[in-house]
Amino acid sequence: MSDPFITIIGLEVHVQLLTVSKLFCGCSTKFGAPPNTQTCPVCIGMPGTLPVMNRRAFELGLKTAVALNCQIAPFTKWDRKNYYYPDLPKGYQISQFDLPFSHDGYLEISDPKERFAAKQIGIIRAHLEEDAGKSMHDEAHGKADSRIDLNRTGTPLLEIVSEPDMRSPLEAKAYLTELKLLLTYLGVSDCNMQEGSLRVDANVNLHIPQSDGRLAKTPIVEIKNMNSFRAVERALEFEAKRQYEVWQEDHVEIGKRPKQTRGWDDAANITRGQRAKEESSDYRYFPEPDLVPVTTAPAQIEKVRTSLDELPALLRVRLEAAHGITAYDSDVIVNQGRAFVAYFVELAEAVKDGKTAANWVTQDVLRVLNEQNTPIESFPVSAADLANLIVRVHAGDFNTSRAREVFAEMLSDKSVAEAVAALGITKVDESELVAMAGEILAANPKIVADIKAGKTQAAGNLIGQAKKRNPNVNPARFREICLELAGKM
Amino acid sequence: MLLTDHTATELLADLNARRVSSAEVTQAYIEQIEQQDGKVKAFLRYDAEAALKRAKEIDERRSKGQPIGLLGGLPVAVKDLICAKGELTTCASKMLANFRPPYNAAIIERLSAADAVFLGRTNLDEFAMGGSNENSAFFPTRNPWNLACIPGGSSGGAAACVAARMACLSIGTDTGGSIRQPAGLCGVTGMKPTYGRVSRYGLVAFASSLDQIGPLARTAEDAALLLEAIAGHDPRDSTSLTMPVPQYSKTVREPLKGLKLGLVREHFGRGLDSEVEQAVREAFKVYQSLGAQVKELSMPHAKYGVATYYIIAPCEASSNLARYDGVHYGYRTDVAEMNAQLAAEAKPLQTSGNKTALDEMDNSLVRMYRQSRAEGFGPEVKRRIMLGTYALSAGYYDAYYLKALKVRRLIRQDYDDAFKEVDLIAGPVSSTPAFKIGEKSDDPLAMYLVDLYTVSLNLAGLGGIAFPCGFSSAGLPIGLQLQGPSLEEEKLLRAAHMFQTATDWHIRKPPL
Repeated sequence: MSDPFITIIGLEVHVQLLTVSKLFCGCSTKFGAPPNTQTCPVCIGMPGTLPVMNRRAFELGLKTAVALNCQIAPFTKWDRKNYYYPDLPKGYQISQFDLPFSHDGYLEISDPKERFAAKQIGIIRAHLEEDAGKSMHDEAHGKADSRIDLNRTGTPLLEIVSEPDMRSPLEAKAYLTELKLLLTYLGVSDCNMQEGSLRVDANVNLHIPQSDGRLAKTPIVEIKNMNSFRAVERALEFEAKRQYEVWQEDHVEIGKRPKQTRGWDDAANITRGQRAKEESSDYRYFPEPDLVPVTTAPAQIEKVRTSLDELPALLRVRLEAAHGITAYDSDVIVNQGRAFVAYFVELAEAVKDGKTAANWVTQDVLRVLNEQNTPIESFPVSAADLANLIVRVHAGDFNTSRAREVFAEMLSDKSVAEAVAALGITKVDESELVAMAGEILAANPKIVADIKAGKTQAAGNLIGQAKKRNPNVNPARFREICLELAGKM
Repeated sequence: MLLTDHTATELLADLNARRVSSAEVTQAYIEQIEQQDGKVKAFLRYDAEAALKRAKEIDERRSKGQPIGLLGGLPVAVKDLICAKGELTTCASKMLANFRPPYNAAIIERLSAADAVFLGRTNLDEFAMGGSNENSAFFPTRNPWNLACIPGGSSGGAAACVAARMACLSIGTDTGGSIRQPAGLCGVTGMKPTYGRVSRYGLVAFASSLDQIGPLARTAEDAALLLEAIAGHDPRDSTSLTMPVPQYSKTVREPLKGLKLGLVREHFGRGLDSEVEQAVREAFKVYQSLGAQVKELSMPHAKYGVATYYIIAPCEASSNLARYDGVHYGYRTDVAEMNAQLAAEAKPLQTSGNKTALDEMDNSLVRMYRQSRAEGFGPEVKRRIMLGTYALSAGYYDAYYLKALKVRRLIRQDYDDAFKEVDLIAGPVSSTPAFKIGEKSDDPLAMYLVDLYTVSLNLAGLGGIAFPCGFSSAGLPIGLQLQGPSLEEEKLLRAAHMFQTATDWHIRKPPL
């Protein structure tokens, strides 16, 4: 049953850029250091200190914006966003307001399972800003203990704001997955959600078709505090249902109720109201007088554009064309990252069979990587070794299920030959196979009769017997010999 | 003649020729401070021991023939708005009464490298907000020419200590005239360099796009020396200019041939004291006698300068001062007492069951922020925070802040047009000589008008210099202001020196 409403979703994604130092000072951005050990007079807003822009952060932002097909502003400035947070030491955040360094881009999303049609999600803007610190409140046992860690203060963030172009939680998840993949391919962020390197806020409301043809629009709700893509999907699903229920009760439309901020409670699986934004947010923005504007020349943008390595969307298309694999397989492979793609390509070229290579990497290799939680870079079986194995399967040395056993053995750093030896697999000589077939056929006249009567599946029983005598028997070849001999009997 | 009656340039020559030691010079200034500062109250703090120790170190290095920096052991006073590592930097505010920065301002490093001797910290209007020095949270500084009068502000202490011979050089800051106006009122030479010429790193911000550090001294030659020591690019201040620093102390004595001075018609309108006008017009005659031409011109937007300034400066100030909240930085109210007060306020409401009123009461945290700021800031600072917060708030931004930015551009355009016709603009520094302490305290708007002739230069980001050009019948100094195009400090200093070779106003000594 389809929903009686359309869900309208826009996402704001904060990405922590992979710089060595903070946006406006030289302090380290490394995660996990003891509280307040990565601070200096500048990032803790000491009176008299001044910010100086980290060029590297700007470059990483620029690279991302170009990859998101954004327009790059030839002139961009910094603004102060004045608002009070206990973990914002200056009492304002340096961000970008009316002249962000990039705007009007898009990201294409599609679903290999074709649950929605491929579409472009508009990017309103991507801008740079500094992160705040972290407050830790301990209210257990009646305590009111608050501590502030300013290590994160001043870490460079790229805020990527999408148009409200997503129409389902599934599309939202696809957008986030594709965005994260792009960021990873670009090498601009580690996108580690547990460490807060990628944070998502969602704006959501419903368009509800009315009997008179009009679309009723529910008030927009901003959902914060989602710490996984799965949580985003679930929060959006919950919120759409909640808004529909509220609508059925009160019929309040957008503009008639202030925008609300709700938090996602992952354990309870619900969103909870946090605060109502009474009016358009009043951050008293004004141009940051301590920083000079940044100009970006067209040549510089062009240089970034040409320096970009092949990005996921194009990579998928190329893999499909060059190796004859399905869209689904190319999606799985590309989603694993650039190193995995390289592994696949090496394998596919060595065995000259993209489909088989894809099967091996998407099933066997990926399963092991997931089980052992290791990246492809530290996978013990090289693409060349795996290619050897596949070549021997093709040559009829052993069948696929036997090959899987060999593969499992190779995981403990063995070559194909070593694994084969360890498993005691030796190729059974053709003459031995013929002799064995003769003996077994002679002992099973009923089966011989069946085969002669055209019931060739009866040969299966013979394979079982042969395997008992010698586990290295190649079942396919043995079957052929049996059918041939039985025909002559 | 006392050592302290010599100019810095003269003393430096004697120091370098080893006719006098830095310890002797420093000692002379300390004695002067001890004798005079009880009356003038220019210093918030001075450290005789530390100053003498440093002076002796410099003397020792000099006697060993080691290289000595440009300031060669001359004592310098520093406005208490500039951070020095481990030393009190109060900004003349109760808010920062105990603040010891863990780092040095760029200018402190430069002065150290130039072998200045740090004499002490001078008084100012709280966070540099004010034109009279009456807004210091600690005490007002007095004008050495008349102790009943203000010395000007906000660098009132910086100007008064030079005028009273308690320092030969001093560092001030100028956001809307805070170096030039007190220099004019105290009869010393003070310069606001082009925005970005001197690093602001470590200067506690008032209005970041307007603030600039500059020298105060007895003469243009001395100001040139000090500017040369403190100017130059600093990578820690991204608004810092990368242009090389000329050798001001060497070029200051070269007269300007064919100097064209601009006389701005709007500077001589209503409100200008007749004695000031007369002195300034006399100054034009002096320049003409030295071969300069005077050309009258108009700066149509000058009249909007004060209004524009009193939008932009408070907007930036409201943001810059947000960090003083009683938690991150600054004074915190007595929390135990505050909580007792909160409980006392809540009690009658609880008894009467007035739940609405109870809900509306501050919680302890909010009250702590509120009360810390209420007690820590003085009235003028609060007034400007309110003004700035209001002008920036949604719905008023376009009408005030944005409009002010547009006018700021027009004011800069006026200057650019003017400097196509003249080399420098000359005119009054302030409309009257120093007024009495308390005279304008109850009238903030009247107080704001003391910046009338100086603010436009800050809005345009250009440089200017003020120096004495006469005295009122009451014996108070009257200043002349020269304003120049971007980075033309050299021309300003040379023009001021030309005037000082032909006049002796700058040599006069206050009757202390």
